[in-house]
Order: sequence, then structure tokens, then C-alpha cells
Amino acid sequence: MSGALIAHGSLAARPAALVIVARYGPWIAVAAVFAGLPLVFRSGTALTVMSLMGISIVFAVSYNMLLGQTGMLSFGHAVYFGLGAYFAVHCMNTVITGGLPVPLPVIPFVGGLGALFFAILFGWVSTKRSGTAFAMISLGLAELVGSSALILRSFFGGEEGVTTDRTRLLRLFGVSFGQQIEVYYLIAVWSFVCMFLMFKFTRTPLGRMCNAVRDNAERAEFVGYNPRMVRFLAFCVSGFFAGVAGGLAAIHFEIANSAYFGATQSGNVLLATFIGGRGYFFGPVIGAVLVSYLQVMLSDITEIWQLYFGLLFIVMVMFAPQGMAGLLMMHRPLWGWRALLRVLAAYAIALPPAATMLTGVALGIEMTYRLTVKAAEGPDMSFLTVPLAADHPLAWLSAATLTIGGFILFRLTWPIITVAWASADDRKEQAR
Amino acid sequence: MLELVIISTLNGVLFGMLLFLMASGLTLIFSMMGVLNFAHASFYMLGAFFGFQIARWVGFWPALVIAPALVGVIGALVERYGLRSVHRHGHVPELLFTFGLAYVFEEVVQMIWGKVPVDFRVPALLDFPAFTVFATNYPAYKLFMLLTSAAIFVALFLALTRTRIGLVVQAALTHPHMVAHLGHNVPLVFMSVFGVGSALAAIAGVIAGPALVTQSNMAGMLGPILFAVVVVGGLGSLAGAFAASLLIGLIQTFAVSVNVSMADIFGFTHFTPAPGSILGDLWTVTLAQIAPILPYLLLVVVLILKPSGLWGTRET
Repeated sequence: MSGALIAHGSLAARPAALVIVARYGPWIAVAAVFAGLPLVFRSGTALTVMSLMGISIVFAVSYNMLLGQTGMLSFGHAVYFGLGAYFAVHCMNTVITGGLPVPLPVIPFVGGLGALFFAILFGWVSTKRSGTAFAMISLGLAELVGSSALILRSFFGGEEGVTTDRTRLLRLFGVSFGQQIEVYYLIAVWSFVCMFLMFKFTRTPLGRMCNAVRDNAERAEFVGYNPRMVRFLAFCVSGFFAGVAGGLAAIHFEIANSAYFGATQSGNVLLATFIGGRGYFFGPVIGAVLVSYLQVMLSDITEIWQLYFGLLFIVMVMFAPQGMAGLLMMHRPLWGWRALLRVLAAYAIALPPAATMLTGVALGIEMTYRLTVKAAEGPDMSFLTVPLAADHPLAWLSAATLTIGGFILFRLTWPIITVAWASADDRKEQAR
Repeated sequence: MLELVIISTLNGVLFGMLLFLMASGLTLIFSMMGVLNFAHASFYMLGAFFGFQIARWVGFWPALVIAPALVGVIGALVERYGLRSVHRHGHVPELLFTFGLAYVFEEVVQMIWGKVPVDFRVPALLDFPAFTVFATNYPAYKLFMLLTSAAIFVALFLALTRTRIGLVVQAALTHPHMVAHLGHNVPLVFMSVFGVGSALAAIAGVIAGPALVTQSNMAGMLGPILFAVVVVGGLGSLAGAFAASLLIGLIQTFAVSVNVSMADIFGFTHFTPAPGSILGDLWTVTLAQIAPILPYLLLVVVLILKPSGLWGTRET
């Protein structure tokens, strides 16, 4: 669990420099990626998307502290994200009006502290229970806080929210944070530091007890730990980092409104974490990056991208409940058995029919959409740059052919994959 | 005042009965699988939209039968080909499967019927005021809703307690293995319960559709309230679900019609907090404004004080 990022070996025998590289190598790589990305993707859109990815990484990893690490399913994690954003915005406004000597980079910390305060408050009552009861309390609390955003207008600013200006705080080294690239690096640094701290948290005794409470609360109690206290502490730490993510979002958007709290936000972080893989530390990172990317890319291609997104989630739940990270880790031992190529070749054979089937399904969905909600715009549309008429039987026939034919061919490739895995198992036996 | 009480009681009981139509299926499904079905309110929504579409084609009365039957079949298929295969991965994936399903159902409904409310009308046969209480006309359709849900409640109660099938279902909920050893097809029972539960939610959707708003966000609005009902009543308890449905229905309806704030109640103290402060906001907010959050307040308080629910026997 969670241990995938750093390989433990007999480190002591190696020279000191090698030890540092072996232990912190992955982190150096992550830092290099964060620092180098803006040099590769220079456009304004890319910078915005990467900033959003950085924010959602912090949010998703903090969520996985509950879901993956401690086994607490929360439907209201966005509460702490939203409260963090509000505290950050109010703090920024106070600093601006008071002319206080506070630079922008420390603002997310304030957001984290604000969220931590409420995490202590709400966590104290909700972590008394685990399992379904905890999930329901989190849902109820999320609805309560979400509704009170519209009642307590003086703090939450009603429907329009509270705005701020990130460029009017104290400037350090002449950086005004007026440009997106400056904001990106601010988010990148915070994101990196938070990831590192949250990973280190999984290695503390408390982090380990979280796993114990998740796996068997009763046994954890027999070892002498109070499961409720462990859940409570994990909840607070997780709430703090969600607040930091909210603070970063407030800096990025320069606004905090009730959408930050919403069920959609809570749902999205759950989807991202699950799709990425809750069983590994880097799972939610993959999920956050993937989901942020899909949201931008898919919404450019199709208006009903959320449907595809939901379908992807259901497919993952049904066939790969360990998420993307789980799928990746499943293939890791193949490398050692020198069987990876063979399995990949089998996948390459299965890929075209699978893609054909998915194209057929997507065509059917897009044509239905065209004929129902978009009926006023006429049946003429283009799908993957191919122009077609959505009300023509031929179009539906081709959608059905692609789907059914694709599925039949795809089904035929399953034995090939099974054989490839079986041969990989043989290699494993030989490797022993 | 008396007028307000009578009308609110009628509306509250009506809303409560509608809630019970859905909560009964939800709580039965929970007893069966140990999983709260997030998609349950989606079946209610599907019922309303199917009802709307079928009512357009063949009229309201056939729709009242066909739409729930269709939704029941969809529900049974979801159980057979979805939940049953996710079951081996454990409880959390099962819950998340229904969560994803709710998400997809909402998107599909949006894709077909759009985001704006559809024009689902009360059938002409029932479009008249049934009786008049103190100058308020009570629509016949609401009376019809009340009678339908009451009839289904009685039918469900009799079917579960007085028929052979009902006894098998009850036994299968608590002792599935023993029932299977006695030669009953327990997976089939589970599938049927899921299908019937979905169909009940769909009936609620068809009859509530014309009276309330038929819109793609109706599942998202009602779903959390439904959870509040079954959790407050005690998960798995049918009687608890009934009592909690009425309780929440009445609380919400009465709260909406009472326009009282703290400032009104404590006006005699002449204490007025500064407007624009948090206390000032709390002081002037009316009970009607916080009516939508009362079920959740009840949910949180009940879960903290009595996690088995008010009438439940098992810990959640």
C-alpha cells in the first residue's frame, strides 16, 4: 500500500550520493516535471490547465488520505476545499485593506488553517462513526454547509461569492502574480510540497495506524489505539490539505463562491481519486491529472462530455476497481519476468477492435443527442470530422455495425490476452 | 391559522407518502445488499420522464402502468448485470457503482430531454379542485396522489406480511443462505426486490411529475432527502421509513409555511445584532428559508445521537 513511490532496498551499503538519488529520485523527477512543463507547453490554456491539475492533485491526494488510507468514504470533502477558499479570499481582502505585510505565497496556508478549524469541529462529530454512517454524515454536513452558504451572506457573499485581487498583496522580489506563469509556479511549489508532506504522512506511525484502522478497526483497538482518534486525526490532516487546495484555487480564480462546496465538487474528487486508484499514493495524482485533462479536452470535443466521464467511471468500477494505478502496478512485475512485451503485443491486437466498438457507441450517443436536445439545429452533424446525417438509417446502421462488430472482434482477442498472461506466469516460474 | 394547519398537514402527509414510496424500496434494497443505492432517486426521475413521454404518446393512465414497469425492468437489469458483478469487489465499489449510475442517468436524461423542465401536465380528468378549505382550493390531482400512494402502501404491507412471496422475501433479507437451502432462488428474489423497488420509485415519479417539476436535476435534489429519510428512520426498517417519511414531509411543509425568524421570536428583548455580520444573518433568516436544510440537520443529529436511526435496530 502507498509504498510504490520509493523502492526500499539495501540502501546502507551504497555511497551517500547514490542513497540520496535512490531515495529522493522520484521526487527530483516530479520536481523537474513541475518546473519543466511550462517550457514545453507555453500557451495560456496549457498554463491554466496545468495550474488546475496542480490544485486538483493536492485535493485528490488529500481525499485519498480518507478513502484509500483510512477507508473513510466521504461525500463532502469539498466542504473543506470551499472553506479553505473562503478563508483565503477573506484573508487576502483583509491584507489588502489593512496594508499588512503578508505576501501571496503564504495565503494557501491560511486557507488550510481555516479548513483545519472546521475539520476539527465537523470531524469530531462525524468520525465517531465509520462506514456507511460516516458517509451519510459527510453527505448531510455537505448539504448543511452548502445551504448555509446562501444564508450566511456576510461571510459567503450569497450567490455571487466573494472576489479578491491577488496582485495587490505585498510583493516579494518584485513578483506581482499578475501573470499566469507566476501563479503556475506558486501552485506548482505548493502542490509539490503538499504531495511530499502527504507522502511523508503515510510513513509516520499515525499514517500506518490509519491503514490498520481501515483494514481492521477492532484489531487496531486491541493494539492499544483508539480507532476513532486515528480517524479524527486523519480527517483533520486531510481537511487541512483540502483547505490548502481551496486556497490555491482562490488565488487562481480570484473568487470564492458556493460552487466550491457543491456536491459536484465532492463528486468529482471522488471520481478522480477512484479512477486514479485509491490503493496507491500516486493513484489520485494520476486521477487528478487525467480528470482535469479530460474535462478540458472532452468539453472541447463534445458538449456531453460528462456522460462519457460517468461511463468511464462505471467501467472502472466494474472492471478495474483498483484504478489506473492498480492497472499499472499489475504490469510492473512483468518487467522483471521479461514478459511485458508479449503482453503489450496482445493488447495491441485487442486495441483496434476495442477502439472500433467505442467509436460505434460514441457515434450512437452523439446522434441521439443531435436528434433530441439539438433537434432544432437539424440532423446534419460531423463525427470525428466525418460529415453525416443523424436521421439517416445508414448512419445508425454503421453505428450498430461498429459497436457489435467491434465487440465481436474484441471478444475474439480475449483468449490472446489470456495466453499472453499465462506465458508471463510461466516466465515467473522460470525466474524463480 | 387553522387553514394553514389543515393545508400544510395535507401537503405534508402527501409529500411524506411520496417519500415513502421511494424510501420503502431503498430501505428494502439496503437490507438486502447492505448498500445504499445512490441511483434510487434516479429511478424516480426516470419514472417521471418515461411517464411524461408515454403520456404524450398514449395518455396518462397507460403511462402510470407502463413507465414503472419499464423502470422496474431497468432496475432488475442493473442488479443482474451491474451490482451482482461489482459485489465481489466489496462494499465501496458497490456504492460507487450506484453513484456512477446516478451520474450517468442524469446525463442521459439531460441528453434526451434537455436541462429545462418538461411540460408534464395533470391529466384533464383530474384537473379540477376537489374541495375548498377556507377559500383554498385543494386540487383533485393531489388527492389522487395521496390515495394512490396510500393504496400502494397498504398493498405493499399486505404483500410483505400476508403472502407466501412476501414471507420468502422477508426471510431472504435476514437469512439468505437458509432460504437458499430451503430451495428458493435467492438471487432471483434479490433481483425482483430491486426491480420492484425501482418500479415503486418510478410510480412516485409518474404521479409526482405533473404536480412537481419534471427536470433533469430532480434526482439530485431528492436523493439526499431520501437518504435522510431512510437513515433517520433506521436503515432496513420499513416501519421506520414510513414514520420518518411522514415526519420529514410534515417538518418541511410546515417550515416552508412559517415565516418566523429569530428577530421575530426574540423581538421583545430589543436585541439587534449588526446587520451584515454572521449573527445578523442568523438573526434575520426565517424558518421558511432554512426549511430545505432541516432534513439534513435531522440526519446529522440523529446519526450522532442514535446511529441506528429512530426506529432502526441495526447499526449502520
